[in-house]
Amino acid sequence: MTHVHDLAVVGGGVHGATAALFCARGGMDVALLDRGPLCREASGVNAGTLTMQMTRVALIPYAMKAHAMWASAPQWLGHDVGVVVCDGLSLAFTEQEAEILTFRAGKRREAGAPISIIDGKAAKRIEPGISDEVLIAGHCEVDGYANAYLTGLAYRNALLGAGVSLHENRRVDGVDVGDGGFTLSTPQGPLRARRLLLAGGVWIEPMLAWLGVSLPIKTLVNQLAVTERVAPVMRTVVGIASGLLSLKQYAHGTVVIGGGWQALGDRERGGVELVPERLVGNMRLACHAIPALAGARLARAWAGLEAETRDALPAAGPVPGVPDAYVCGSVHSGYTSGPYIARLLADRILGSEPEMPLFPIDRLLRPEAPEGTDA
Amino acid sequence: MNFDLIVLGGGPAGGNAALAAAEAGLSVVLFDEQPTAGGQVWRAPWPGFDAPGGSPERRDGDALRAALAASNVDLRFGRRVWSVGGNFRVDAVGPDGNESAEAPRLIAATGAHERVVPFPGWTLPGVIGLAAATVLLKSHGVVPGSPVVVAGCGPLLAGVAAGIVKAGGTVAAVVDLAGATDWIAAVPRLLSRPATFAQGVGWALKIAGARVPIHFRHAVRRVEGEDGAEAVVIGPVDAGGGNAAGPEIRYAISTLVVGHGLVPGAEIPRLFRADMRFDRRLGGHVPVLDAEGRTSVPGLYATGDGVGIRGAVAATDGGLLAGLAAAHDMKRLDAAAFAERAAPARRRLAGVAGFSDAMAAMMALRPAQASSVPPETVVCRCEDVTRREIEEAADSGATEVNQLKHFTRCGMGPCQGRMCGDVAAELLAQKLGVPREAVGQWTARPPLRPVPLADLLGRFDYSDIPIPKPAPL
Ligand SMILES: Cc1cc2nc3c(=O)[nH]c(=O)nc-3n(C[C@H](O)[C@H](O)[C@H](O)COP(=O)(O)OP(=O)(O)OC[C@H]3O[C@@H](n4cnc5c(N)ncnc54)[C@H](O)[C@@H]3O)c2cc1C
Ligand SMILES: Cc1cc2nc3c(=O)[nH]c(=O)nc-3n(C[C@H](O)[C@H](O)[C@H](O)COP(=O)(O)OP(=O)(O)OC[C@H]3O[C@@H](n4cnc5c(N)ncnc54)[C@H](O)[C@@H]3O)c2cc1C
Repeated sequence: MTHVHDLAVVGGGVHGATAALFCARGGMDVALLDRGPLCREASGVNAGTLTMQMTRVALIPYAMKAHAMWASAPQWLGHDVGVVVCDGLSLAFTEQEAEILTFRAGKRREAGAPISIIDGKAAKRIEPGISDEVLIAGHCEVDGYANAYLTGLAYRNALLGAGVSLHENRRVDGVDVGDGGFTLSTPQGPLRARRLLLAGGVWIEPMLAWLGVSLPIKTLVNQLAVTERVAPVMRTVVGIASGLLSLKQYAHGTVVIGGGWQALGDRERGGVELVPERLVGNMRLACHAIPALAGARLARAWAGLEAETRDALPAAGPVPGVPDAYVCGSVHSGYTSGPYIARLLADRILGSEPEMPLFPIDRLLRPEAPEGTDA
Repeated sequence: MNFDLIVLGGGPAGGNAALAAAEAGLSVVLFDEQPTAGGQVWRAPWPGFDAPGGSPERRDGDALRAALAASNVDLRFGRRVWSVGGNFRVDAVGPDGNESAEAPRLIAATGAHERVVPFPGWTLPGVIGLAAATVLLKSHGVVPGSPVVVAGCGPLLAGVAAGIVKAGGTVAAVVDLAGATDWIAAVPRLLSRPATFAQGVGWALKIAGARVPIHFRHAVRRVEGEDGAEAVVIGPVDAGGGNAAGPEIRYAISTLVVGHGLVPGAEIPRLFRADMRFDRRLGGHVPVLDAEGRTSVPGLYATGDGVGIRGAVAATDGGLLAGLAAAHDMKRLDAAAFAERAAPARRRLAGVAGFSDAMAAMMALRPAQASSVPPETVVCRCEDVTRREIEEAADSGATEVNQLKHFTRCGMGPCQGRMCGDVAAELLAQKLGVPREAVGQWTARPPLRPVPLADLLGRFDYSDIPIPKPAPL
């Protein structure tokens, strides 16, 4: 009697929205549900940096593919999210940072990211805005950024165009498994589907609990800040060796300052409060890297939630013990890599073998091994 | 530094809150970005009065300033508060860079923002806000560039026009959204504050003395000019404030002063996610409060124009009550003493309620004002977003204001929607055909006002920056 979709996706961030898009294009009848509007959590409030220099080594091959995907977003997404491809620099100001940078850049290079180490002078030629105190820098031509707040609008158009039944402002409260499918309970009534994809960002932990699966997810509460429009102070994406800075100036003149400094909040309440000392610390680091930035005014700061598994690698694959149920999320630097990893999972849901391995969660469901012994 | 109470804002509300709390024995710190107490209305003499220092506002302001100076309130003027956090911690930039204070209780008395309902040409140089003009008149005794047309609604209209005349300027016309009959209808309630009403009559006479034409039930249709305002075209409006048929009138001008009431600056309750409600009469979204100014967040009080546009008299007594309530809640004022000290303020508040209602009604945004904004007119001036773009965002699926912001950048600029937010939300709700409440509220975040990074940074060594543990490789 009631309509049964081929696939129900719960969570309309970059993971859920991309998987829904490719499954629909692959011929499935897809419903996408989000408790709010599309991409208003992590996927709409993140710094939009599309960089290899902050990506985990194991994810570099995925991130390289994903970067190419973002660069060609107008083709497959059909809508602009303001992607700019430019040089990226990761700076070292001290001997200790130079050592970390050299080591980390080397590992990332081995994994396929075209990062080279250059001296301060060479870095200054690439980015005249940086301080004279840079010792060395990691330079990568595969870098850039998107305008994350445009993500929801872009995906919304694409999803509707692909025929996805889009249910914004429709929260899922639980799932019943049975009758060869899933029944999602929502305040607006049940919704049925043969397959289920849980793509709820930091909320995949409570979502997996609906299926009796316990996967601990750590919630990071990242602070970000933006300046008023200012005359050009920089032209590249700039970070530092420790990874705690990300900086770029958008075409309209604002500079977004981030780097994963933590705000207060949790999964239940969201990012409720920024920590002023940490904002100041982040601003100091930013102005140390790009001195001319000190002339700008801070216009706004905010916080968003990012998911992290025990081994900080993605949760992307089938849900063990529940046929036709999948999970996708917790991808480090997930805005960069999310679309590619979600597309791989869409291939699997559509019944074909993905071109690169997924990240099944079985490894995370074993009882936690003592610190240090986890492979 | 730790205190019993932090008060934000040194206007009538905040100033009196701080005094009442300090008198009851609390250690109080007061922050304001102005150089002295007084807020907007008591900043300096009201326009239109001859004897410098002789206006009631000046006297009230001087009295507040003197009382604060004589009190043991820790006065932090010249400090721009940019962050307010839990338990409560306030960070402000001032002459010595960033400074902070902590206290278990906080009273937010940060006043109101001006509302201007957009029309073509409103962003041209030479167009200034009505409330902003009161500040200019108070600080410099002038409004630049005659002839001036003064337009909009509410009690500030007549005051500003009279102030310009008195300062030697030429007022070409006063353009009032309200009809003469609206004012007459309000008279019984206005008479509950005879002194203030007399002021209004005084301004009207002053304008009349200068033979300034007053166009009731008219509004600005557009401002013309290349690099600045050269002429203003006005036209008739109906009782709802929407454009009506009838002849347009053109005035050559150098300056247009225009304002359509005030919007409560309730950022701090919103920042703390206190329970809020939408009340058109009070100017917009306001915190849900009890009679003494307690919000739904323990320890957080709010008062003054930031909780609803009620004017300076209501702000004074609202502030006083909030200050007493903070002292009472900290057990420094027993129930009897609290009741006794609060009683006169409660009585006065009840007495001015009719006046405040009448004023508020004249300044509230009328839906038809928003629906008269032409499609190509910029609504968000920081980011150049037009009415058409706001409506297209609704067509593209935006159902609430923060999503509108993502789709269009409306409200993302330096003013963070303080200027355009109310009208943009109204336009979105009208386009969607939903009640105004349904499009939600703009999320409040720090900084409360833009702050120069240089002021935040202070002096530092690179090695002093506390760098957390790096992300795993
Ligand atoms: C501040 C910040 C800055 C970042 N900067 C970068 C960066 O520069 N570069 C980069 O690559 N990555 C960055 N990231 C990481 C990146 O944003 C995330 O990894 C990615 O967006 C996660 O996408 P997601 O789809 O898994 O989760 P989300 O985008 O959080 O989506 C989850 C969705 O699930 C919905 N949901 C939750 N519960 C329910 C329910 N019960 N029913 C229905 N729907 C529900 C939510 O409403 C939400 O829309 C940053 C993250 C943050 C927070
Ligand atoms: C520009 C303007 C002009 C006005 N002119 C008049 C007038 O001429 N006559 C009249 O009757 N009414 C006027 N009003 C209305 C007037 O605000 C109220 O009637 C009355 O002053 C309300 O008192 P209050 O204490 O609530 O707020 P206010 O008097 O506005 O006081 C609030 C105080 O908080 C301070 N503040 C706010 N945010 C911060 C921050 N982040 N950091 C530090 N300090 C902060 C402000 O500097 C201000 O001093 C005006 C309003 C505005 C916005």
